[in-house]
Amino acid sequence: MAVDASTSARGDLILKNLTKSYGDFSAVDDLSLVVPKGSFFALLGPSGCGKTTTLRMVAGLEEPTSGSIFVGETDITDMKPYRRPVNTVFQNYALFPHLTIFENIAFGLRRRGITESEVKTAVDKVLNLIELPQLATRKPNQLSGGQQQRIAVARAIVNRPALLLLDEPLGALDLKLRRQMQIELKWIQTEIGITFVHVTHDQEEAMTMADTIAVMNKGKIEQMGTPEELYDSPKTAFVANFLGQSNLIPGEVSGSDGDNLIVDLFGTKVAVPKARSSARGNSALVGVRPEKFRIAAEGKSTHGNVLTGGVVSDVSYIGVSTQYQVEMPWGKEVMVFEQNDDEEEMLRKGAKVVLSWEPIFTFALDGSENVSAGSH
Amino acid sequence: MAAFRGASAKVFGLKDNKSALPYLLLIPGLLWLAIFFIVPIFSLGQMSTKVPGADIGEFVQEYRFSNYIDAFNSSKEQFLRSFLYGLLATIIALAIAYPLAYAIAFKSGKWKNILLVLVVAPFFVSFLLRTIAWKQILGEEGPVVSVLRTLNIISVNTSITSSAFAVVTGLAYNFLPFMTLPLYASLERIDPRTLEAAGDLYANGFTTFRKVTLPLSMPGVVAGTLLTFIPAAGDYINATILGSPSNKMLGNVIEARFFKIVDYPAAAALSFTLMAAILILITIYTKRTGTEELV
Repeated sequence: MAVDASTSARGDLILKNLTKSYGDFSAVDDLSLVVPKGSFFALLGPSGCGKTTTLRMVAGLEEPTSGSIFVGETDITDMKPYRRPVNTVFQNYALFPHLTIFENIAFGLRRRGITESEVKTAVDKVLNLIELPQLATRKPNQLSGGQQQRIAVARAIVNRPALLLLDEPLGALDLKLRRQMQIELKWIQTEIGITFVHVTHDQEEAMTMADTIAVMNKGKIEQMGTPEELYDSPKTAFVANFLGQSNLIPGEVSGSDGDNLIVDLFGTKVAVPKARSSARGNSALVGVRPEKFRIAAEGKSTHGNVLTGGVVSDVSYIGVSTQYQVEMPWGKEVMVFEQNDDEEEMLRKGAKVVLSWEPIFTFALDGSENVSAGSH
Repeated sequence: MAAFRGASAKVFGLKDNKSALPYLLLIPGLLWLAIFFIVPIFSLGQMSTKVPGADIGEFVQEYRFSNYIDAFNSSKEQFLRSFLYGLLATIIALAIAYPLAYAIAFKSGKWKNILLVLVVAPFFVSFLLRTIAWKQILGEEGPVVSVLRTLNIISVNTSITSSAFAVVTGLAYNFLPFMTLPLYASLERIDPRTLEAAGDLYANGFTTFRKVTLPLSMPGVVAGTLLTFIPAAGDYINATILGSPSNKMLGNVIEARFFKIVDYPAAAALSFTLMAAILILITIYTKRTGTEELV
């Protein structure tokens, strides 16, 4: 019975070989994953990658073609949505327009046969948590977007579910409000300790809030890890490009030196930590984040990995940093972000430059990866 | 947190539109109303207090308000029957139209437009013809009677035309699209995610219907019942074609006074009484259902 939602076995969310097919097309393709209890978990990916479908299967709004879903020991795969220990914050909130804010939040509680005074206590408490107690008697259409968003969260968490699902919850808010809500959602999650599974296509949003991010592409998980792991050691070109920006330069593995692989990039040898390489054969894509490069006029002293012969082809000054496009001798451009934190003069378009970076900031992907996968 | 509170205030910026265009656009409609509604209503009002003059068809204004009492007293029975039949027809139409509109709005997929056309399709045939067709359907050789007789629900001697049953079902049938379309319109406007949200918040299918779908579709229910009840209560075609003399409605009385007895004042007084009664009823009804609150 739904009454059990607050008392039922709480535990990790486990998806086993979950698949959702529409005809020949697999929206979610043999997906297995474990979301640890109490974590803030983000499913990140471009639109159409299957993240929302995954979420809706957990909520019980879509039926999996195959596979199973567990919360702790309980198999919820075939449970009706209204029996699952799961609540959802819907995209565009889906508040009940005919009910007051109080009744919106009380909706789930009232279905569970709780006494009126307990309902009142619980609703008041959650309204205080989101700092909107004065709105109890209003109707949803009298609220601003940010307020509606918080009511939607309150309406879900008041039921103390084992799992809170958030489907692009901040998508309808403007940038400033979105930033604020990111911090606030993270705070609420820490405060109440419920597992949050958050679906988003916004990599910054996922990185700000989540403990663990699963990057999804074409119905599969490309890579899963903490924001730092994903950013520093992406395993696929898709992840390297989808989370932030990456310069991926093709090369040949030519040897090894202690903990480093030596990779030949168009005649220049660079070192890549073995721990951050996922190259399987001899060909590799060497990845460097734009902000890890140091850029200097030709002739200046350098250290670490060095690439010479670059020519600045474009400069944009954006305040905190200056972004350079540098054309390399092999005909491709690389992106360099230079912090505006020194007295050095800005390099002009056409300047001959040397790029250098520390080997520790290098990752390597397998050479068979598609360089532009996941680019924005 | 203060930023939240400031953000919403700007949304309600008001614009002052001093253009005369909206008023100009109103003129044709106002003229139409004046010529074809206000003037006739006024002359109908005048007629209702007149008394017969020397010749047949000639009436003299004497402000005899007792016309109203006399006319009402002579047709109380038909008056009550009009409201009873109208009410029953409305209830039947609602019972049929709600599931229909619900299915079209939520379950019809690519068939939606075709089904909507089918709902309106009867309008391509005249009201009179449809009512005559209904008489055929319910008639001695028709499918309804033969099915009911086979199932022994009615005896061989019982017929269902020329009865209250025939009049009420005729009314329900004829005004069904007026019930279906507003219901469809209000159901279709419901965000399916609010229904998903109800399920997510532990409401089963029935509770979701009772607590979310039905309240959100109330504007359609109110509009549909009014659009059905008002013409059904004032109708006389169905009673004429499908009823017996003991099923006459107020519309039949008014028609007879106008065209057969040529008692214009009584017909006018009855028309006014019917209008007033319907107006009072729907005022109470809309107040009770509180539709303004819903949108």
